[in-house]
Amino acid sequence: MLLLKCPCCGVEGEETEFHCGGEAHIRRHATGSTDGEFASYMFERKNPKAVVFERWRHVFGCGKWFHAARCTVTLEVFATYGAQVLAPPKPVIAKIKARRPDWRQK
Amino acid sequence: MSFRLPEGGCLIDRGQPVSFSFNGKAMQGFAGDTLASALMANDQRMVGRSFKYHRPRGIMASGVEEPNALMNMEEGARFEPNQRATTQEIFAGLQARSQNHWPSLGFDIGALNNHLSRFLPAGFYYKTFMKPQWAWKHVFEPIIRRSAGLGQVPGARDADRYEHFYVYTDILIVGGGLAGFEAALEAGRAGARVLLLEQSPYYGGRAMVDDIELGGRSGPAHIAHLLAQLERMENVTLRLRIQGAGVFDHGYALGYERVNDHAPDTRPRHRLWRIRAARIISATGALERPLSFAGNDIPGVMLAGAARDYIRLYGVAPGARTVVACNNDDAYRTALALHGAGLEVPLIVDARLKGGGELAEQARSLGIRVANGHAIARVNGGKQVTGVEVCLQSGTGGAVETIACDCVAMSGGFSPVVHLWSHCGGKLNWDAANGMFTPDPARPPTDHNGEGFVLAAGSAFGALQTDACIKSAISAARQAGEEVGRSLAEEPAPRRVRQEQVASPLPVWAMPAKAPYALRAKSWLDFQNDVKVSDVQLAAREGFESVEHTKRYTTLGMATDQGKLSNINGLAVLADSLAAEIPQVGTTTFRPPYTPISLGAIAGEAAGRLFKPTRKTAMHEWHARRGAIFEPVGDWLRPYAYPQQGERVQDAINREIRATRNGVGLFDASTLGKIMVKGPDAGRFLDLVYTNMISSLKPGKCRYGLMCNENGFLIDDGVVARLSEDSFLCHTTTGGAGNIHAHMEEWLQTEWWDLEVFTLDLTEQFAQIVVAGPEARKVLEALGGLDVSRAALPFMGFVEGELAGIKARVFRISFSGELSYEIAVPAGQGVLLWNLLLQAGGEHGIAPYGTEALHVMRAEKGFVVVGDESDGTVTPYDLGMGWAVSKKKDDFIGKRGMQRSFLTAEGRKQLVGLRTLSDREKLPEGAHAVADGKALGHVTSSYFSPTLQHPIAMALIQNGQARMGEVLEFRADGKLYKARVVDPVFYDRKGARQDV
Repeated sequence: MLLLKCPCCGVEGEETEFHCGGEAHIRRHATGSTDGEFASYMFERKNPKAVVFERWRHVFGCGKWFHAARCTVTLEVFATYGAQVLAPPKPVIAKIKARRPDWRQK
Repeated sequence: MSFRLPEGGCLIDRGQPVSFSFNGKAMQGFAGDTLASALMANDQRMVGRSFKYHRPRGIMASGVEEPNALMNMEEGARFEPNQRATTQEIFAGLQARSQNHWPSLGFDIGALNNHLSRFLPAGFYYKTFMKPQWAWKHVFEPIIRRSAGLGQVPGARDADRYEHFYVYTDILIVGGGLAGFEAALEAGRAGARVLLLEQSPYYGGRAMVDDIELGGRSGPAHIAHLLAQLERMENVTLRLRIQGAGVFDHGYALGYERVNDHAPDTRPRHRLWRIRAARIISATGALERPLSFAGNDIPGVMLAGAARDYIRLYGVAPGARTVVACNNDDAYRTALALHGAGLEVPLIVDARLKGGGELAEQARSLGIRVANGHAIARVNGGKQVTGVEVCLQSGTGGAVETIACDCVAMSGGFSPVVHLWSHCGGKLNWDAANGMFTPDPARPPTDHNGEGFVLAAGSAFGALQTDACIKSAISAARQAGEEVGRSLAEEPAPRRVRQEQVASPLPVWAMPAKAPYALRAKSWLDFQNDVKVSDVQLAAREGFESVEHTKRYTTLGMATDQGKLSNINGLAVLADSLAAEIPQVGTTTFRPPYTPISLGAIAGEAAGRLFKPTRKTAMHEWHARRGAIFEPVGDWLRPYAYPQQGERVQDAINREIRATRNGVGLFDASTLGKIMVKGPDAGRFLDLVYTNMISSLKPGKCRYGLMCNENGFLIDDGVVARLSEDSFLCHTTTGGAGNIHAHMEEWLQTEWWDLEVFTLDLTEQFAQIVVAGPEARKVLEALGGLDVSRAALPFMGFVEGELAGIKARVFRISFSGELSYEIAVPAGQGVLLWNLLLQAGGEHGIAPYGTEALHVMRAEKGFVVVGDESDGTVTPYDLGMGWAVSKKKDDFIGKRGMQRSFLTAEGRKQLVGLRTLSDREKLPEGAHAVADGKALGHVTSSYFSPTLQHPIAMALIQNGQARMGEVLEFRADGKLYKARVVDPVFYDRKGARQDV
């Protein structure tokens, strides 16, 4: 059971306080998108043994959505950050690189 | 024969006899006995029949690893199967029964399987029962189901209570033996908060049994010395009878406390400790492995360490004359203990050519005969050991000597208990010299900071000798202390340890080394699942090279003991068969819990009434007093119908409908979701959330709206009221309120965060009452207050003001198709308004109606219910509700999804009405329409309409709109139904009754 820190209210809580919303930073393809783009947006997800960016909601807390940068192998949580971004912010990338110098963002 | 020794047994109190029963027979033990030790004291070594071959089985071990001595405990509502006799402490009146035999333990029909064993090899059920096909269901499976399985499933509802307990600590130490105590002392001295859990009812582990000497004290004296110091430390908590059952992500651990299994009382039976620890020290010890020789499962054969435990802890002799068989020095301690208790040890069979070290010398000096380089060829006996045939370890089993004995104490070496280390991903190294897997400190499980959070100490770390054990414990404690910010600069002075010089063990995976098939087919690896050396070898020959596949094919290690005794031996046999190295074959995955824990403990208090919360409306008590039948909807309890004295439920529903259609009815609609959406961009936002246009709604008006998910499938529906320019009240379905609120928040926070909108779930803030029927207006007028005339409050409008002096919002919306008002008042005023309405409606015969009447009335009107007519794969178009999907909007959730070719193609299932050809037949809900052997669709709702005096139904049927007038066949419950496809609106198609 993971420990996560909500960046909105600052509470460090047990995983049961949170709800995972899957892969983060997926661009919405709606009106005008091709079938391929729409299918990719809806259904295609990475599932790497590596650093991932995930969406979480502090569902039994402040109710806010946020993002987490986490390693699916070691379960290390590099950072949590607000949901109102299109890509991981630079300080988050820096934190990951500090721990994983060889890591490259795809 | 086994019996109580005249003296000894540090855990029992000979002054306190305890009576219990086994298979109905009265027996006596002492306080402190386990069921296993007490049975042995009563010369009851045979305690069950094996799983597959129904062979007689005896007590093999003295702890949680016991594979054979599984008991049905207690009776009735406290019945529990598969309880290990070795961990069950006895109490007065305890009732135990052995398992897996019929008609009795001594005489068992199923034992025939033993003679048929050559026809029941590994994977026999994949091979033997293939043909004829019908025979599986009618012959083989019933027989196998009768003969397989261990304990019985309890028949009665569990009478016991269980609970959860939450605890946070710096350092969790699992295991209260020497390593755990030394680690606790060091971490405790440094000031860390320490929680130490010991699964058994006593501290000390092997130190209580093995003749070790520390700082001039004996093992037990040293443990007492440490305990006294630990008990003085306020930051150290010690607990007995709690197993560290599992380690999970980020320092989460489960402790399984058997609160009163040893002394039943009114306390909760089990308590699940939910622990969050910064560091976990696994000081869980090591398990002794059996040796694989023929007949190693006959009652009287047991682990050498266990034989020693029974003498030292319980004062019980495992046998009068015991042969010790081993490949290591530790088993000599057993020979010495047996000898010291005045019992005969005719021979020690040591597989090592060079034999043992200092302990072996001691044995020899006492006159005990030792046969180096020898092995047991087979054990003689049936229901108990009568002797052993001794052979050369290097040979094929030709006996050189037969020795009469009634007990065999065997030791195949030790496997560190690496379970807790491994549960969360800690990796292992193979120690070839000692033949064991040990935790690799360089690859521990990691926490949220990426740092290792589990440390292993003592024999769980592979430190089998006393000095190494203590050293590893101190080192683990110092590291953990440092990592939680608590450390002492100074290391403690090393303890003076008297340590015997030890000779290396010899890995022995088959005994003798070249045992022929006849011996290997009687050499057990997994006692509980009846897996033999020959089975694993067969699996290897048949191509099962992966250890995970072999495990599943042979069932090795899949029983309730999860291979505690068998895994390493089986793995070694597999590696040998594949001519591979053991580490290359690898281990199966260690999964929590360490031993089975009760389902009750997992559930805790969350059972029965407390399983989940029940939501009740403000008027709930009134409904209950009125005799309502309730139905669960989401977490809510809603009145289903209000049958009167002596009235059948169906009659009540019909009466409620007639009262509403002809006069006036009253309905508690409080459970409908009510979500406030407010802000300058609220209209824009709702245009994105609903399929139809919401922003064009005028303040003071209501509009029915549909919501889809991004796939274009219907997820909710309801009426939106525009309260003001920037605020909307969105009604959702009863079950949908929480989800739809979350759905809105997700889109607002993660996609359209530029919109200035707030949402708030107000569902519980209001009581909402529907007054429906031709006389509804008169009832509201009688209350006085708001003008509810058609001019002031037309259909699909709402007004705010006071009714009978209560602040209210009144909506003119209708789900029944009648003239209808929905009145929302603060929840606390709900009962008052309900009673006022009942009074005011008295002269019109006002009748409360339940959810079933509501459903029938809406079906008469052809209104859909999300979850009945939709199932998550249905679009608004499928329901004939294309009118509620905006063509003008650029975007809304689901717009793009609905445009996909397969959702717009011909052949979708569409909503239709159904009218059975016979008015006496009601279609079963879920019945499938079948034509030419193909399913066309299914019935989604079906009722008897008291208004129309015939059954009505709705269905989703392929190309349904084009089938109007067609007669379809439905098959269900072994009957054939015929129904005509009709328009789903059965009543008042023009909607004249609601708009008056």
